[in-house]
Amino acid sequence: MNKKKWLSTPYLIWMIAFTVIPLLLIGYYGFTTRDGSFTIQNITAIFSPAHSKALLKSLYLSLLCTVVCLLLAYPLALILKNKNVGQGGFVIMIFILPMWMNFLLRTYAWLNLLDDGGIIERIFSLVNIPYQSIIGTDAAIILGMVYNFLPFMILPLFNVLTKMDENVINAASDLGANSFQTFIKIILPLSLPGIVSGITMVFVPSLTTFVISDLLGARKIMLIGNIIEQEFSIADNRHLGSGLSLVLMIFILASMALINRYDKNGEGNAF
Amino acid sequence: MKFKRFFSQIYLTLIFIFLYAPIAVLIVFSFNSGKGSRFDGFSLRWYEELFQSEMILDALWNTLFIAVTSALIATIIGLISCIGISALKGKPKAVYMALNNIPMLNSELVTGLSLMLVFAAFGLTAGYPTILIAHITFNIPYVILSIMPRLRQTNKSTYEAAIDLGASPTYAFYKVVLPELMPGIFSGFLLAFTMSLDDFIITYFTRGAGINTLSTLIYSEVRKGIKPTINALSTIMFVSVLLLLFFINRPKKATNEIL
Amino acid sequence: MGIGETMKTPLIDLVNISKSYDGQLIIDDLNLSIRENEFVTLLGPSGCGKTTTLRMIGGFEHPDTGKIIFDGQDITSLPAYKRQLNTVFQKYALFPHMTISENIAFGLKIKGKSKTYINDKIKYALNLVNLKGYENRMPDRLSGGQQQRIAIARAIVNEPKVLLLDEPLGALDLKLRQDMQYELIRLKNELGITFIYVTHDQEEALTMSDTIVVMNQGYIQQMGSPETIYNEPENAFVADFIGESNIIGGTMLEDKLVEICGTKFACVDTGFGKNKPVDVVIRPEDVELKPEDTNPLKGVVTHLIFKGVHYEMEVQAGGFEWLVHSTQMFPIGTKVSIYVDPFNIQIMNKPESEDEEAVGIDE
Repeated sequence: MNKKKWLSTPYLIWMIAFTVIPLLLIGYYGFTTRDGSFTIQNITAIFSPAHSKALLKSLYLSLLCTVVCLLLAYPLALILKNKNVGQGGFVIMIFILPMWMNFLLRTYAWLNLLDDGGIIERIFSLVNIPYQSIIGTDAAIILGMVYNFLPFMILPLFNVLTKMDENVINAASDLGANSFQTFIKIILPLSLPGIVSGITMVFVPSLTTFVISDLLGARKIMLIGNIIEQEFSIADNRHLGSGLSLVLMIFILASMALINRYDKNGEGNAF
Repeated sequence: MKFKRFFSQIYLTLIFIFLYAPIAVLIVFSFNSGKGSRFDGFSLRWYEELFQSEMILDALWNTLFIAVTSALIATIIGLISCIGISALKGKPKAVYMALNNIPMLNSELVTGLSLMLVFAAFGLTAGYPTILIAHITFNIPYVILSIMPRLRQTNKSTYEAAIDLGASPTYAFYKVVLPELMPGIFSGFLLAFTMSLDDFIITYFTRGAGINTLSTLIYSEVRKGIKPTINALSTIMFVSVLLLLFFINRPKKATNEIL
Repeated sequence: MGIGETMKTPLIDLVNISKSYDGQLIIDDLNLSIRENEFVTLLGPSGCGKTTTLRMIGGFEHPDTGKIIFDGQDITSLPAYKRQLNTVFQKYALFPHMTISENIAFGLKIKGKSKTYINDKIKYALNLVNLKGYENRMPDRLSGGQQQRIAIARAIVNEPKVLLLDEPLGALDLKLRQDMQYELIRLKNELGITFIYVTHDQEEALTMSDTIVVMNQGYIQQMGSPETIYNEPENAFVADFIGESNIIGGTMLEDKLVEICGTKFACVDTGFGKNKPVDVVIRPEDVELKPEDTNPLKGVVTHLIFKGVHYEMEVQAGGFEWLVHSTQMFPIGTKVSIYVDPFNIQIMNKPESEDEEAVGIDE
């Protein structure tokens, strides 16, 4: 048995080299200037008008996206559960399958659909509804985010709902609860681990995205992800970029803390 | 009751359309004879151009090579670690699993950036090795997450029974434990492969100049306007996966019916 | 057979109930009446339709055809939460995110009962199931037997007219199961309500029930008191399923005389006609072994096992392996003769076809 333990060491070394040290490096760069002296300016830079505006916009859009995903995914997961499609690979496949077509391409395809002269406009004009392109607006970003991250909300919810003991639900109705009361008092609280896990899985990538705003924002919308990316790729200022990343990580850590509070048994994992 | 079922059917269909509409658009426009966002007529010209475009074929090759290699290595490391983890207990196990979860919970942006910094600090020139290391790093957690539940379910007594019947621990592992883990290993590999195939952000930060995967190629072309050749390629990939899934699922269904 | 049963009107009436899943018939034209204050057990092998029957009474399944009458009211299409019955589920189905008292209070809160009423009820129920002081624990901190008691407490605080129990003791170990059997009988007497109990354990059924309903393949095979079911099984399935028995093919020569194993036996059954092929059931404890020359049917002991309260023997006689339980030991090889008291011979009509065996018998 003791020999088996050592099998975990290669990956431990890997994690230290490629997970822990990289994070420490971000910390190092975040708190230093180009000549290596200590500073907190890279952190406080978040309060500059451009940066704080981008951060607030990111927070606003990602929260909205998370709420929309939750509202769309919960009824869907309930329907799938009631359809008795089983624990099965089939449902998961439906939501993983789109990933086999490159996500940039899929997101870009929304341009075809939504832009002026796009497919949706032509459909609208057939029935004489005026259409205003949403490309370059918050709505387009939200749509792109929801489109990309909705599966990450559906899967943990579906998982937690299908694993629920059917007789516990029957017991509630046996004791006089109608379907609404059963949902509020039994199903909803018991699916909390799935909700929390879904929220983090949607919130984190939508908070940090820079690709979706690039593709659907028509360069009018700057998110915190865009700012950080540009610090590295265009401005070549890894110190400022790291500092802003550290600020971003505070929000990620906060949502991770939430996970550990509600999802102690890891029941809400998507896969 | 019927009303409810009707609405849930409509709801399912709408979500399905939402998820697959862009894919349908991509497929349709891969057969467009024109280049713009208007469908001018059916043509296979983009499929012909695709097989002459060295840049795209190169990127395809890179994408597949990186996805297969990183998924394979991640599966092997993940499997070995799972067995190691199963022997850990208490705090060490909790810390280990927490570390393992970081790449999944940390945003891809931060993971990509931090890896870029560490490669620069170690003096590794960005190129194939750095992309591979990066992909393996974010793939292993998915593999472990797929195998661990299986490993927890495996019946300890079957392993012990094999030992009791004279098998060496290694033999017992290969003949008894491994087959039971196989579905988990397979789904872990598939998940890792898919994640790697679809990745853009991490590749973007860790690739060297001149190396393109399909994602980075598409990203660089967005500004100029994407050529439908890439639509053609994506259509071929998507349809082959669909066919593959169809054939994998077919025999399974048949055996289920017999049982 | 119960005391004064003719005076009580049925509380639950299942009328011509049929139910199938995926084209497979689970319940076929079932008729069943349950009287007030009865302990009724639905007994049968797995897949016989007993649990489906219970779930239809509870409202978790709905019959394809037929009616369910409860207290004179048709409740066939009434959803579960509007029914005046409560269920104790197979694996307890306690709400894992609620404390014990929250679990017990669930039904009462929904009905809008006052706080003091609910608290009194919780105290009363926990007292009744011998779990005082468990109010604030979580279900997963309790043992299987304790969870079982909470599940019962949670159901009975709602004062249902009928308690449905779906193999409630199935997950418990033998000793605990026996304790709980007595406890359930005590509870039933204290509460004075109807219990409908589902089990595949014939001993459990014999111990607790006023009435046993033996089911197989969606049909009621026999319904009656435990004594009737045990002593006078109506067909080979019931005889075989309840206890151990010798089921021997024979011929009814005339009233009160049957021939088995080439030997004539006196019995008490009449009305079968002359020279009619029948099945004869004789319980192993009713087979009496006597010295070789005292009775016409002679045999030899071939197997012998000590079982504690008795010896179990097999006797080869008249071309049949007789199973015998006796407190007297006969070593292997002993030559014996077989005697059966006329009252202990149970005659059954031979089923003419496979179908006949499964005819519903409701009278």
